[in-house]
Amino acid sequence: MKILVPVKRVIDYNLKPRIKADGSGVDLANIKMSMNPFDEIALEEAVRIKEAGKAEEVVAVSIGPAKAGSDTLKSARAIGADRAIHVETDEEVEPLAVAKILKAIVDEEQPQLVIMGKQAIDDDNNQTGQMLAALLGRPQGTFASKVEIDGDHVAVTREVDGGLETVRLALPAVVTTDLRLNEPRFPALPNIIKAAKKPMSTKSPADYGVDTAPRLKTLKVAEPPVRQAGEIVPDVDTLVAKLKAMGAV
Amino acid sequence: MTSLVLADHEGGTLNPATLATVTAAAALGGPVHVLVAGGGDATAAADAAAKVAGVEKVLLASDAAYAHQLAENVAPLVAGLMDGYDAFLASATTTGKNIAPRVAALMDVMQVSDIIGVEGPKTFTRPIYAGNAIATVESSDAKLVITVRGTAFDKAAAEGGSAAVENVSGAGDAGLSSFVGLEAVKSDRPELTSAGTIVSGGRALKDGPTFEQVITPLADKLGAAIGASRAAVDAGYVPNDYQVGQTGKIVAPELYIAVGISGAIQHLAGMKDSKVIVAINKDPDAPIFQVADLGLVADLFQAVPELTEKL
Ligand SMILES: Cc1cc2nc3c(=O)[nH]c(=O)nc-3n(C[C@H](O)[C@H](O)[C@H](O)COP(=O)(O)OP(=O)(O)OC[C@H]3O[C@@H](n4cnc5c(N)ncnc54)[C@H](O)[C@@H]3O)c2cc1C
Ligand SMILES: Nc1ncnc2c1ncn2[C@@H]1O[C@H](COP(=O)(O)O)[C@@H](O)[C@H]1O
Repeated sequence: MKILVPVKRVIDYNLKPRIKADGSGVDLANIKMSMNPFDEIALEEAVRIKEAGKAEEVVAVSIGPAKAGSDTLKSARAIGADRAIHVETDEEVEPLAVAKILKAIVDEEQPQLVIMGKQAIDDDNNQTGQMLAALLGRPQGTFASKVEIDGDHVAVTREVDGGLETVRLALPAVVTTDLRLNEPRFPALPNIIKAAKKPMSTKSPADYGVDTAPRLKTLKVAEPPVRQAGEIVPDVDTLVAKLKAMGAV
Repeated sequence: MTSLVLADHEGGTLNPATLATVTAAAALGGPVHVLVAGGGDATAAADAAAKVAGVEKVLLASDAAYAHQLAENVAPLVAGLMDGYDAFLASATTTGKNIAPRVAALMDVMQVSDIIGVEGPKTFTRPIYAGNAIATVESSDAKLVITVRGTAFDKAAAEGGSAAVENVSGAGDAGLSSFVGLEAVKSDRPELTSAGTIVSGGRALKDGPTFEQVITPLADKLGAAIGASRAAVDAGYVPNDYQVGQTGKIVAPELYIAVGISGAIQHLAGMKDSKVIVAINKDPDAPIFQVADLGLVADLFQAVPELTEKL
């Protein structure tokens, strides 16, 4: 079985983004960028499935600028992807267009499983995996905290608002990851060195016949209303008195 | 501009998030219809939806295939109904987030996720980068697919409407997926996303029994829901559905008490719209104090029992 793992290059999760003065977007110049944390979890899961002898090949895909290939997909190969596909573009590509490009790649590569993040921490859209599954006419196991392959099916335990739900999906399928699925490894130095030697092909959205013109126009990006820090109270008695005075308890 | 809202329901009861989604749909300016898809308990949920103020019509799709809201079955049902509608809205609950993008792709529409405001018929505000920025976006698609952040809109009144209920049907089981089981966390507490008061605990609570011992009595005293940081959930102190934050639940209670939580941006993203925030942390430099109305620098193992007693 082959597993496809889409990975996105995003602002590092530790950083607070700066909004451009003209309100046109977030300033990403000279900002540390990393692999989307949910995609690291997806890749880790794919590599573990391969290590368990249930998959032969893990292919990582990233759609984005040159550095998505040179950095993000290099880390992906260091973590354990056997091969990478870089769909190079400097434009921002929306989830629907990402899903269409991924569909074309799935049609070509025929993976049994696509494992991807539930959400990119920059746009917070939480939609690409579901869209890909729809375009493929395949089942989806979103927000996964456990993935068990069982012959031609996969059982996915999902983190839902009411607890943990388990669904059984016919393969091929699309799975999106939640935080508790696994703890991603740090790649070992020899693997980082070897990563650059693993194959990577470079494509463009046009190679897949996908129109990436945005459907949503960003009119403005603004700071959220700032919350003023209140006061530090000296002890529990004062805390109780203030809460009562505010009518909060 | 007629809108179709997907009801989020369970055991015949509507999720309060659906009421907020009805308000967002009404803000688009046209009539609001609600789709209730489900198994045997869908009829009761449809009756509840028919009473919601501002709802003009309820579509009821009752079929075992829709009983567990499997996206593979519900999404084609919705897409099949969209000829008669200009907009489809779902709550940004795990159910809505699972189904709506699948509908959007079937319709070739780019979804507008997790909106917090309606600025015009096709213009919306939504948080990005864990709520560190608010984007105003305009859709150029002919039809809209939207998920709605429940805490950002007032809830429509649950009583006062008298919509007609009409039966609809779709293709039923797509044969791609099946429901195996739900490990539900049973609790008599208020539900997190609609609670008036929340007490949340972090990594500092040490382990499950300690969390329970320290946080529960305070929550009981306040009639509060219990939440947690990711660190507390990852360490297994409490179940996953307690997580508040960018990638967990978004809450906005009247009172949020953060106990032993540092205040990482991902946690703040889920609770900084609370009315009053109280933080108890022994580190005076913890970022949580930057958003707290009332901060107490103290060891929680002393301060929380004392607070519980004195309230
Ligand atoms: C992709 C991604 C998504 C994430 N999503 C979320 C999310 O949705 N929600 C979320 O919460 N986090 C999320 N996180 C994690 C987040 O970055 C933080 O790691 C997490 O919130 C930290 O939890 P904490 O505050 O409990 O732990 P810590 O940061 O370890 O803080 C513990 C605090 O307890 C205080 N303390 C210790 N002992 C005591 C004592 N005896 N008395 C009083 N205070 C004490 C310490 O001073 C410290 O401030 C996410 C991270 C990533 C990468
Ligand atoms: N440009 C991209 N390249 C590769 N994968 C992507 C890209 N955009 C989104 N994805 C995948 O889709 C997931 C969900 O993203 P989103 O729907 O934007 O929140 C991410 O975690 C990635 O796995």
